[in-house]
Amino acid sequence: MNIAVKALEKDARDAAYALPLDKINVAQGILFQTDTMWPYFERLRREDPVHYCADSEFGPYWSITKYNDIMAVDTNHQVFSSDFSLGGITIGGGAANQEPLPMFIAMDPPRHDIQRKVVTPVVSPANLQYLGPIIRERAGKILDSLPIGETFDWVDKVSIELTTMTLATLFDFPFEERRKLTYWSDVVTAVPGHGLIDTLEQKMAVLHEYHAYFTGLWNERVNATEVKGDLISMLAHNPATRNMEPREYFGNVVLLTVGGNDTTRNTITGSVLALNQNPDQYKKLRENPDLIASMVSETIRWQTPLAHMRRTATEDIEFQGKTIRKGDKVVMWYVSGNRDETVIERPNDYIVDRENPRRHISFGFGIHRCVGNRLAELQLQIIWEEIFKRFPVIEQVGEPQRVYSTFVKGYERLDVVIPKRL
Amino acid sequence: MPKIKYIEHNGKEHEVEVPEGYSVMEGAVKNLIPGIDADCGGACACATCHVFVDAAFAAKIPPKTDMEETMLDFAPEIQPNSRLSCQIKVTKELDGLIVRMPHSQH
Ligand code: FES
Repeated sequence: MNIAVKALEKDARDAAYALPLDKINVAQGILFQTDTMWPYFERLRREDPVHYCADSEFGPYWSITKYNDIMAVDTNHQVFSSDFSLGGITIGGGAANQEPLPMFIAMDPPRHDIQRKVVTPVVSPANLQYLGPIIRERAGKILDSLPIGETFDWVDKVSIELTTMTLATLFDFPFEERRKLTYWSDVVTAVPGHGLIDTLEQKMAVLHEYHAYFTGLWNERVNATEVKGDLISMLAHNPATRNMEPREYFGNVVLLTVGGNDTTRNTITGSVLALNQNPDQYKKLRENPDLIASMVSETIRWQTPLAHMRRTATEDIEFQGKTIRKGDKVVMWYVSGNRDETVIERPNDYIVDRENPRRHISFGFGIHRCVGNRLAELQLQIIWEEIFKRFPVIEQVGEPQRVYSTFVKGYERLDVVIPKRL
Repeated sequence: MPKIKYIEHNGKEHEVEVPEGYSVMEGAVKNLIPGIDADCGGACACATCHVFVDAAFAAKIPPKTDMEETMLDFAPEIQPNSRLSCQIKVTKELDGLIVRMPHSQH
């Protein structure tokens, strides 16, 4: 870590501990972009684990920051609703300008359960067995095409490429146009004025184009005589979803795109970064590639590619001594739960052979637990197996560029050099 | 102590003694038996401790709660004798219990 980064960390810590507790507002994109949110969360976990912030750009909200409290909220879907009509699953949802789309992650039972079941076969053990060799072949090709001894952006050339190929296969999306998926996914989660898009109007225009494209695919699939096994065909032919409103179809498309895209991509990038920041762990992994599976889980914890999920209280409830009122916005900060020292030993350390690496909250728990978790793990597992067949080391160059978002915790760019092949 | 037999998907058997009061999931995890992930640590919130319970014991195990039903509903390869092993408490009556593991935990 360079000196500037260390100084920034110290400033952040001083700032986090100087504020009056009730003035702490962790929901600021800038804190995530500069990776300086950690001391704020540390302080909340210690001093006020169920914290009310009265004033933020997203309005008032509760922060749940400890692992077990997050689990309690996540598994109580009766009181803590995900429904899109109440604001959905992100802190921004429900604000005047961002009407959340209907999608199954933003629904409560029974509608949620029915729709979720329509798409789960795509990540069934049988389908993963089918996808594994395809992903492996692609990963090999991507890695073989990388320049040696030259700086390049790992995010663009590897993380995006691999995940977008997988996603294109799941949707049976025109393969040559697959980068559109990446672009749309990024636009969905982008905050206007912070890089990718400038205004909300511009964002809406792109979403319109995205919607139109997928309407075309729907029409093609719904009329097909032979039913294929891709996600769109599943939605178009299942009695439970074939009569969905166009807006609801689009909502589910958005969910599956973002869910399959950002998360795995940012964890792949995170794995290179974490191993570079922890050379002893990198060495341990190189010497014992059997640790890849455990490294993958550890990286998913360490990275926490989605920083939070939001719920809305459907009734007044006493929770850890606080009164959460009906209608209140409740934010489960997975990013903080994964650093909860009362549940996870040495949570700030990255340990590739951690004793209980699957113990993390990045996938969520309860009925909304990530449906694609095993596919994400599979892609990470394969890319690292293929990396070790080719490169002794991948070296990080400079600092990564992080995303300005309280939701997607990820990277715009990570420059690396591969000095040589094996 | 009640004996429980865990049979991996590949047929490999593990017979261990599990103290009363433990869950069937804990019996596997504490004895390092592969095939049960138990990501949520027994909170009935992940379905990665899915097992198939031997017919002879089905009636000796208390019925599923709504939450267990719901979580199982999302797991692959579900059969009528599917249970979440973290929700089965080991008792004297369960001595000799046999559980089989699915292909993989999801
Ligand atoms: S361990 Fe998670 S449901 Fe049993």
